Amino acid sequence: MISRRDFLQVSMAASAMLGASGFSNWSKLAAQQALTQDQLLEFDTFGNVSLIHVTDIHAQLKPIYFREPEVNIGVGENRGAVPHVTGADFRKLYGIADGSPSAYALSYNDFSALAQTYGRVGGLDRVATVVNAIRAARPDALLLDGGDTWHGSYTCYHSQGQDMVNTMQLLKPEAMTFHWEFTLGQERVRELVEQSPFAMLGQNIFNAEWDEPAEEFKPYEFFERGGAKIAVIGQAFPYMPIANPGWMFPDFSFGIRDQRMQEMVDEVRAAGADLVVVLSHNGFDVDKKMAGRVTGIDVILSGHTHDALPEPVLVGETIIVASGSNGKFVSRVDLDVRDGRMMGFRHKLIPIFSDVITPDAEMAAAIEAERAPYKTAMEEVIGQTDSLLYRRGNFNGSWDDLICDALISERDADIAMSPGVRWGPSVLPGQDITREDIWNATSMTYGKAYRTEMTGEFIHVIMEDVADNLFNPDPYYQQGGDMVRVGGMGYRIDVNKKQGERITNLTLLRTGEQIDPAKTYVVAGWASVNEGTEGPQIWDVVENHIRQKGTVTVAPNTSVEVVGA
Amino acid sequence: MDFTRRETLALGAGAVALTVLPFRVNAAAEDAIAAFTGGAAVADGGVNLTAPEIAENGNTVPISVSAEGATVIMLLAAGNPTPGVATYNFGELAGSASASTRIRLAGTQDVVAVAKMADGSFAQARSTVKVTIGGCGG
Repeated sequence: MISRRDFLQVSMAASAMLGASGFSNWSKLAAQQALTQDQLLEFDTFGNVSLIHVTDIHAQLKPIYFREPEVNIGVGENRGAVPHVTGADFRKLYGIADGSPSAYALSYNDFSALAQTYGRVGGLDRVATVVNAIRAARPDALLLDGGDTWHGSYTCYHSQGQDMVNTMQLLKPEAMTFHWEFTLGQERVRELVEQSPFAMLGQNIFNAEWDEPAEEFKPYEFFERGGAKIAVIGQAFPYMPIANPGWMFPDFSFGIRDQRMQEMVDEVRAAGADLVVVLSHNGFDVDKKMAGRVTGIDVILSGHTHDALPEPVLVGETIIVASGSNGKFVSRVDLDVRDGRMMGFRHKLIPIFSDVITPDAEMAAAIEAERAPYKTAMEEVIGQTDSLLYRRGNFNGSWDDLICDALISERDADIAMSPGVRWGPSVLPGQDITREDIWNATSMTYGKAYRTEMTGEFIHVIMEDVADNLFNPDPYYQQGGDMVRVGGMGYRIDVNKKQGERITNLTLLRTGEQIDPAKTYVVAGWASVNEGTEGPQIWDVVENHIRQKGTVTVAPNTSVEVVGA
Repeated sequence: MDFTRRETLALGAGAVALTVLPFRVNAAAEDAIAAFTGGAAVADGGVNLTAPEIAENGNTVPISVSAEGATVIMLLAAGNPTPGVATYNFGELAGSASASTRIRLAGTQDVVAVAKMADGSFAQARSTVKVTIGGCGG
């Protein structure tokens, strides 16, 4: 008799085959300039339930360029495991041809050249077209938003998230969970939650004072679909008050709380759930660990770490689906749910090629309406770039190198620090840099650029602390961002060492001298989680810098030596 | 230099939160466990310790502990200068052997709960709580 696990693995192979056939076709078709919307959406509807997953949109309403990471190191048990596979290794793993549309969408090589061929990706109006097409095939499909939706653009900042709330209401998700949303401040979050007519979920969102589940957010919601009872459990980003300014949402506490997750799974199963879906903002490695510790979850829709995977990852009997970021992908997961169990699945990661997918007219109009009040300011050209500006990668991206250059020159500092966030679209060589582009890479509610003095010892402690948030071998101790970006200083990092021993050879690039633990350095940075940080807004600092330069060129960054990857 | 008082204060707050280098389980904690158990063997399992993996605020970390059938549970912050946190005694009329509290942690360290069972045996649970600067979430 075939076990459920065998069944899932067979089903996984079938899913991979479906994906592979789609991918290899695309490369040929694209070579003939014949990639079509129908091919992107092609899917033999399967089973009785469809899930649609979008996550980490970061308020990107319009199509953008987004380069995937070149460096994405896994440690401990996740060394070399997806999603810590990039470039040629990634293409080989999934059978993706070099230069194909999938290579452009999912890996980093030849990005600028491929971007000229395949164009921009994403756009909520294109996402709407894909969602509508899936709903045409399966009218009761569940659309689930993994969060980081109300943050990341000029319009989102100025409307305090209202642009995203308005447009997402047209998209009609069934449920949502959270991360950067809370950086709008807890009162604004409460207002927007109140406005949103769908389930706002987070089993791990607690009242900080009473250490009890927060009454504003439900742990889970039930849906009846295809004759099955489906429970969707929310899991917000566990480390919000640590990775982001906790003083902006002092009433709330988070954490992984996997014991409570188990209680919630048991509770919904006892209440008759045939299928248990976790809508998660844990980050991929945390979800993998949680899937191995909590029993009874069928599907984890994974967000936060911005990974885009062409196939789900199977942990025990749980499938984990990762759907990228910035509106670049939509995942469709069809499930056969019978007799209180998930019997099989079919999955497709749909890249949103904006030149191929027709925008949904209603959503396009809504987006333009949201942009209208800010259009002139956003579209102002500040300068040009000779270099590809991108951010993703564990150690540095050219966007952050540019931001660090701006901090050092505009703020007269020895050393600059830029947060290792994973959002922020790319700008191609030869493109204008608009104010909107700068805001896409810097917009946040705590963007003030501080200037302060730190001892060499203190700088080392910061570097070690952030490195441990990324390279602690236990995923539960990781926060899901990348390494702090540094300007004016080089270093060597051994990712496999313990905290306190990873970072060596701190060097002040200006003089070539080693950083002296006892000496004091002027450090400029932004995105401090401390209340009362003072300084100009980072987007103004960067804008001034680019305006002065006219055309920016970012030299390859060779100041970080990585060991043990 | 434009170095305002507020910036100095903000930096000061950062520095306070920054005693983050891992604290070793110090001898005082091991001595306290030995005194509690009288040197008897301590089994793993049977004690349920709930602590955050990373503290949101190292000055007030919520910890809860329970152990079915325990008569006494001792809670230790193994890396604090004074490891002892609390010792809970459960009488025969106690509905359950469970307790929760908030503790201050001087840095990343293990929190340890040792339970004495009704039959005189001992069991423990450990959990590492990380105290971090944070500030770079994706």
